[in-house]
Amino acid sequence: MLTILFDGIAYGMVLFVLACGLSITLGLMNFVNLAHGVFAMAGGYASAILMNRAGVPFLATLPFAFLIPAAFGLVLERTLYQRLYNRPHLDQVLFTIGLIFMSIAAVDYIMGSQPQLITLPEWLRGRVDVFGVQIGLYRSFIIVVCSVLVVALQMILTKTRFGAQLRAAVDDQRVARGLGINTSLVFAATFAFGSGLAGLGGALGAEILGLDPTFPFKFLIYFMIVVTVGGTSSLTGPFFASLLLGVADVAGKYYVPSLGAFVIYTVMIVVLVFRPHGLFVRAR
Amino acid sequence: MNPEHRRIAAKYLADKWRWKPLEYVFWLAALAAVWLLPSHHLILNEIMITGLFAMSLDLILGYAGIASLGHAAFFGLGAYTAGIFAIRVTGDPLLGLALAGFASAGLGFVTSFLVLRGVDLARLMVTLGVALVLGEIANQLTWLTGGADGLQGVTIAPILGKFEFDIFGRTAYVYSLIVSFLLFLIARRLVISPFGLSLRTIRDNPLRASAIGTPVDRRLIAIYTVAAAYAGIAGALLAQTTQFVSLDVIALHRSADVLLMLVIGGTGYLYGGFVGALIFKGLQDVISSWTPQYWTFWIGLILVILVLIGRDRMNLAVATGLARLRGKPAPRPRTIVGDR
Amino acid sequence: MTPALETIGLVKRFGGLVATDNVSFRLEQGARHALIGPNGAGKTTFVNLLTGVLAPSDGQILLQGEDVTQLRPDLRVKRGLVRTFQINQLFAGMTPLETIGVAVSERMGHGGDWWRPAGGSPEVIDEIVDIATRFHLTDVLEERTSSLAYGKQRLLEIAVAFACKPRVLLLDEPAAGVPEADRHELLSTVAALPRDVSVLLIEHDMDLVFSFAERISVLVNGALFTEGTVAEISTDPRVRAVYLGESVDE
Repeated sequence: MLTILFDGIAYGMVLFVLACGLSITLGLMNFVNLAHGVFAMAGGYASAILMNRAGVPFLATLPFAFLIPAAFGLVLERTLYQRLYNRPHLDQVLFTIGLIFMSIAAVDYIMGSQPQLITLPEWLRGRVDVFGVQIGLYRSFIIVVCSVLVVALQMILTKTRFGAQLRAAVDDQRVARGLGINTSLVFAATFAFGSGLAGLGGALGAEILGLDPTFPFKFLIYFMIVVTVGGTSSLTGPFFASLLLGVADVAGKYYVPSLGAFVIYTVMIVVLVFRPHGLFVRAR
Repeated sequence: MNPEHRRIAAKYLADKWRWKPLEYVFWLAALAAVWLLPSHHLILNEIMITGLFAMSLDLILGYAGIASLGHAAFFGLGAYTAGIFAIRVTGDPLLGLALAGFASAGLGFVTSFLVLRGVDLARLMVTLGVALVLGEIANQLTWLTGGADGLQGVTIAPILGKFEFDIFGRTAYVYSLIVSFLLFLIARRLVISPFGLSLRTIRDNPLRASAIGTPVDRRLIAIYTVAAAYAGIAGALLAQTTQFVSLDVIALHRSADVLLMLVIGGTGYLYGGFVGALIFKGLQDVISSWTPQYWTFWIGLILVILVLIGRDRMNLAVATGLARLRGKPAPRPRTIVGDR
Repeated sequence: MTPALETIGLVKRFGGLVATDNVSFRLEQGARHALIGPNGAGKTTFVNLLTGVLAPSDGQILLQGEDVTQLRPDLRVKRGLVRTFQINQLFAGMTPLETIGVAVSERMGHGGDWWRPAGGSPEVIDEIVDIATRFHLTDVLEERTSSLAYGKQRLLEIAVAFACKPRVLLLDEPAAGVPEADRHELLSTVAALPRDVSVLLIEHDMDLVFSFAERISVLVNGALFTEGTVAEISTDPRVRAVYLGESVDE
């Protein structure tokens, strides 16, 4: 029971790191980036390739799992994404579905369709018994890393100059521009950062979620649930939505395997219909 | 009143519903394929059904402006209804078709209330959610749907007791062609009617539509229900002509594919779905012959380019090109049925 | 005589903010009435309450003596309460011909008709051409609305409302943004509206108000501040203080 809760929290934490970039781009630029999972996949593959082909230890690959998708995201944002900021959602959806298709086929072509294996270092494998509760070491590691990230993100948002600019831009782009904030730069930096986080999430989560070329499609729905249920006006909404989703998904699959997905999708619909701005946003 | 103005106005409106030469060409070509392309009937059948399915999406997206990422919910329900009906009750195809249409219309009516409010994104997610829920139900009700193994043992009786389904797909193609054509005729009537015109006002500006006395919600509910019925019948056609139903009929990628096809073919003139299905399946055939399994890359690329150039501009370029082909000066952007 | 439109103690609160404060207002049959007030006085909210886009927190709205407070917006239109918009609300992808046509057929109750082609009946076409002539739109009938000159779009904005056969017409700053050259054409169509249509003009432009209206109501902070003839209002020092003083500077 507590093991499941624990696993669910770890799962939810990974989901949050994966999806929070999406939540920010949606809230900030009103851009529906269904291809967010592509960046997560890029991070996962970066980590797997470095580890399996170049022999870099797992932990040392993590910075690259952040930097490579971030650079990738920056280039795409400057060249393509920024052209679509003012288009209808449908165009953005079509465009990003196109990107997903391309990336799936490309990764399949280069790396093959088999799942990638991540070899964890010895000290992260196995479980320990804490007061009768089975605790996975790697999952504890994930929880620690992600918690640090969450706190760091919150600090960046609330304490730094960049965070202030970002929040101003989310609130009202025109006013922000009037205050002399270079919103275009803020957008690019945020997009790159969000992509990097997704990549990091992809690498950290590869062990739990699996990693193969269909990743962007398989987890698309999870990201969208986190964002729609959590709302896009803060980080706390998506954070709690991720935890809830993680625990519900793990518990659902364990206790009522026949109903798990059903319940999650239904909850999403209900939230969308009754709280279109997210479950954790106060109605305006 | 100036009678000249009256004449111009009457002619303009009459032109809207007159059949254009290209429309005859399209349907005659589809008919000629019965004799001219006997070895391609199976793929043609699939294209026709997919085209009908995409046309049903055009009714809500192209005319009423409702974006859906879960239209396969209705296609899938229709397919399962027809398949299960054939196994458990009777193999009569027309009865199955009608039943599937009604079942999907029912689901469309009920879920239409979920898409009334909200912007594009909320609608996309809600429609996606409905399809996911339905897919999950189909997956779990193994005793009824066969679950992941699919619905086996669907046998369909000859149409009207006379025309038996053959392994070359000839009967299947003719059957799908006739059903699609009849449904197209109805849809064509519908989009040039005052009802169809009022849908376009809702698409362009729901606030004003309501301010000229249009009951916006009712109109949207009506067209969503009709589109669902169309999609259900398309699904039933697939179940009956392939005599098999799998979870694939309701999967996310089917909803995404149909949206892509429609967008590639162009929205808001009814033929976009058929044209898109033809291009999509044709490309799939050609490209996968030289890069099997990687063909989605190229479809993705087409989509990205299409959006970057701008869908409207693309359609306009094609329309202008066609007009030039016919040796006429390219007039205003106008499409075949109705207007964009 | 029963007023064409009447509100009794109309109130709209947004949280703690009172946007419409106990407004009791009468629009007589055939009136040429203007509603003025400084920015933020609650004119837009008042119009939205009248047309049913917003539901009032309290009070009643009577149209030709009948209570329409709970009626859906489109049903109020069917009963003859029609508005135009300060910012054009048109159908970009359609032609003026279709735009007027859709309003006409909706009014005739053909809107749900899905089997007959639009514009199939001669009386619909007659009426479209009639309205187009009245609003100087016959030369652009087949052009896309989005490509029309602004002045023509402004005319179409009123023509669409007129096509709904209003008994009460709410004109929301009809001349807003219209270039000087096209102004006359627009104002003459407004002046030529038939007398059996009762008109409420919501306006900023004092020249237009004084030339068009017979009575004027002044809205300040959501409440009716005063009401009177043009002569009374234009000489009322209090009105000058709250409103005209500001508007002269514009």
